[in-house]
Amino acid sequence: MSQQTNAAQMTGAKMVVQALKDQGVEVVFGYPGGAVLPIYDELFQQNEIRHVLVRHEQGATHMAEGYARSTGKPGVVLVTSGPGATNAVTGLTDALMDSIPLVVISGQVPTFLIGTDGFQEADTVGITRPCTKNNWLVKDPDNLAETIHQAFHVATTGRPGPVLVDIPKDVQFADGTYTAPKMAKVDHYQPRVKGDIEAITALVELIEQAERPVFYTGGGVINSGPGACQLLGELADSTGFPVTSTLMGLGAYPASGKSWLGMLGMHGLYEANMAMHDCDLMINIGARFDDRITGRVNAFSPNSFKAHIDIDPSSVNKVIRVDLPIIGDVGHVLEDLLRIWKSRGRKTNKESLAKWWRQIEEWKAVNCLAYKGSDSIIKPQYALQRLEALTKGRDRYITTEVGQHQMWAAQFLHFDAPNRWMTSGGLGTMGYGLPASIGVQVAHPDALVINVAGEASWLMNMQEMGTAVQFRAPVKQFILNNERLGMVRQWQQLLHGERYSHSWSESLPDFVKLAEAFGCKGIKVDHPDQLDDAIMEMINYDGPVIFDCLVEKHENCLPMIPSGNAHNDMLLPSDDVRAITGAGAALV
Amino acid sequence: MSPLHIQQGSSKHSAYELRDPNSEVLERHTLAVIVANEPGVLARVIGLFSGRGYNIESLTVAETDHKGHRSRITIVTVGTPQVIEQIKAQLGRIVPVHEVHDLTVEGASVERELALLKVEGKGDARIEALRLAEIFRANVVDSTLESFVFEMTGAPSKIDAFADLMRPLGLCEIARTGVAALARGGAA
Repeated sequence: MSQQTNAAQMTGAKMVVQALKDQGVEVVFGYPGGAVLPIYDELFQQNEIRHVLVRHEQGATHMAEGYARSTGKPGVVLVTSGPGATNAVTGLTDALMDSIPLVVISGQVPTFLIGTDGFQEADTVGITRPCTKNNWLVKDPDNLAETIHQAFHVATTGRPGPVLVDIPKDVQFADGTYTAPKMAKVDHYQPRVKGDIEAITALVELIEQAERPVFYTGGGVINSGPGACQLLGELADSTGFPVTSTLMGLGAYPASGKSWLGMLGMHGLYEANMAMHDCDLMINIGARFDDRITGRVNAFSPNSFKAHIDIDPSSVNKVIRVDLPIIGDVGHVLEDLLRIWKSRGRKTNKESLAKWWRQIEEWKAVNCLAYKGSDSIIKPQYALQRLEALTKGRDRYITTEVGQHQMWAAQFLHFDAPNRWMTSGGLGTMGYGLPASIGVQVAHPDALVINVAGEASWLMNMQEMGTAVQFRAPVKQFILNNERLGMVRQWQQLLHGERYSHSWSESLPDFVKLAEAFGCKGIKVDHPDQLDDAIMEMINYDGPVIFDCLVEKHENCLPMIPSGNAHNDMLLPSDDVRAITGAGAALV
Repeated sequence: MSPLHIQQGSSKHSAYELRDPNSEVLERHTLAVIVANEPGVLARVIGLFSGRGYNIESLTVAETDHKGHRSRITIVTVGTPQVIEQIKAQLGRIVPVHEVHDLTVEGASVERELALLKVEGKGDARIEALRLAEIFRANVVDSTLESFVFEMTGAPSKIDAFADLMRPLGLCEIARTGVAALARGGAA
């Protein structure tokens, strides 16, 4: 026993590495600096954990997000004090908004310097308190290992999210007793996962009678795991109820499935939004009634009975008042729901359902994604259609930046499995996609990982191409280059009298030369006839590629629910694009 | 479609006690929040209120269980029923928060606040201040020839009333602790 106790004595820095190993961590994304050198020294002396050296700490957090979203495991980041930690703030906020499990370990100045405005000192726990699920400053090496284990528990339990552990440098040097994961106290934080059976039974009764039902699914289904996605598929296919999904939930129900309506929301499909507006039973599964989804709140699905399955009680009744809340993990609730529905004879209102689908087919016939083709200019939608056709069936992962290209990707690329689509939804972080694609590729070295990007977003974290080259991550940067901040330009056209204030770049780099400078491959294409060959060249190249696809500069992303409008008041491609005035202009 | 056989406001079937869901009437609620006594937990609670734009009318905090590392934060807040429910759900989501009790809806409760009031005056005003203090059961805890410091405990409204009376009599400074509250009855 005493021997074991001795064995558990080690320095704080060693404990960090031991705790990561015991948590099953395979890779850490990080950047060294003065206040984390002891931990880096321990990393150097072992081979189990891989370290990916980023070029900027924001890149590390987005890589960890990409890793986490594509694997379902927490992403781990290691940064130094002060600027290292503050650079991680955007990624932490992004992960909080999109419920991505991240564990960020930051160095801190030694405890005796805290509060003296020491070199590279920042109040890291203070700064990151509102952008983490929880954070800790560890001042006693005896508490360090337990705190890291608790951090992993909190990040991955309940509604996932980012956590941060701030470790002063003297604590990294000091000796303490290591606590094994199973000895760590985590009993206090155990969110409820089983839904209330009476409420679930009530939902089954509604499912049996509903005339115009719709499943409105979100990222919570994906966070609940592949099992939950399978249950959703079974439920949707056996009831025959239509399924629409938020941006975050794409892939939870297969896009090739017979019940699939496509994405809903501001740039969602007409049929999806109309179904939401006209339904009589809305079953929200792991989504949160985001303002991009609801449009005008007081006109949101006015005549429906709304059920909401969510693991986070604060999501319920936050924006939209629901009639039947079910607090629990999506997987557990769907399992009970299916079991009860089957045991009661798998009933649905078939006659009304057939009529409902006939109505939906009419909406589908509107063909809301139509766009004017061109023989001479690459339309961004066409580029994505070709990308979809040429990569379909491959082991493919897609990340995106933020803007028009992101919405077109959500509209034109199809996902038949979860964890294949990584995008910054809640925070809308430009610069997310490139580092995220590297994180995905690190987790799936043999997969085809494509970042669908706009040139403006992509430039925000382009330094990470250095990381991609150094770590042989053959990520494909598919840049739809319109030389504009496309979404900003579109809003200025619609809302600000076509005054295009600072929404274009006059000095973009030559992306092919940029690729060469980074030591990877650059491909430029500006004609529709060359597109297929260029895409195949990109796919077949064994290494990172920057693909500069020059597209139509003034294309608008449609359909669109202008801010402040209801779901049944969409701007369609067939409409004359008109100026938006009134209350909607004040909204974002 | 037949309506659900669930009564609105039945907490058994809904996530929380749902009062009139669409009421826009502002309600004052006293919340007792039991938290782990660790650094930053108060900042987390206050940050939630400022970050999401909720009101704090009064907030008190002190350790209540040294061995169990528990503190009790008592918050008086004002909002529509929907906002109050959100506040409770958001508080419950904070990792070091162990329990959230809405004393306003969980049955009867007692609320007390302690105040210290400094009143300066001479002659009749001084005598009147002392006389009123007796009526309000305020104690004199400090005295000079030209001032008193009164200590009084009671519901916030009682302290308000006393302060209003003292103002013309020379009230020059007041310190209040904010509300501490407990549910009535035996069970914790």
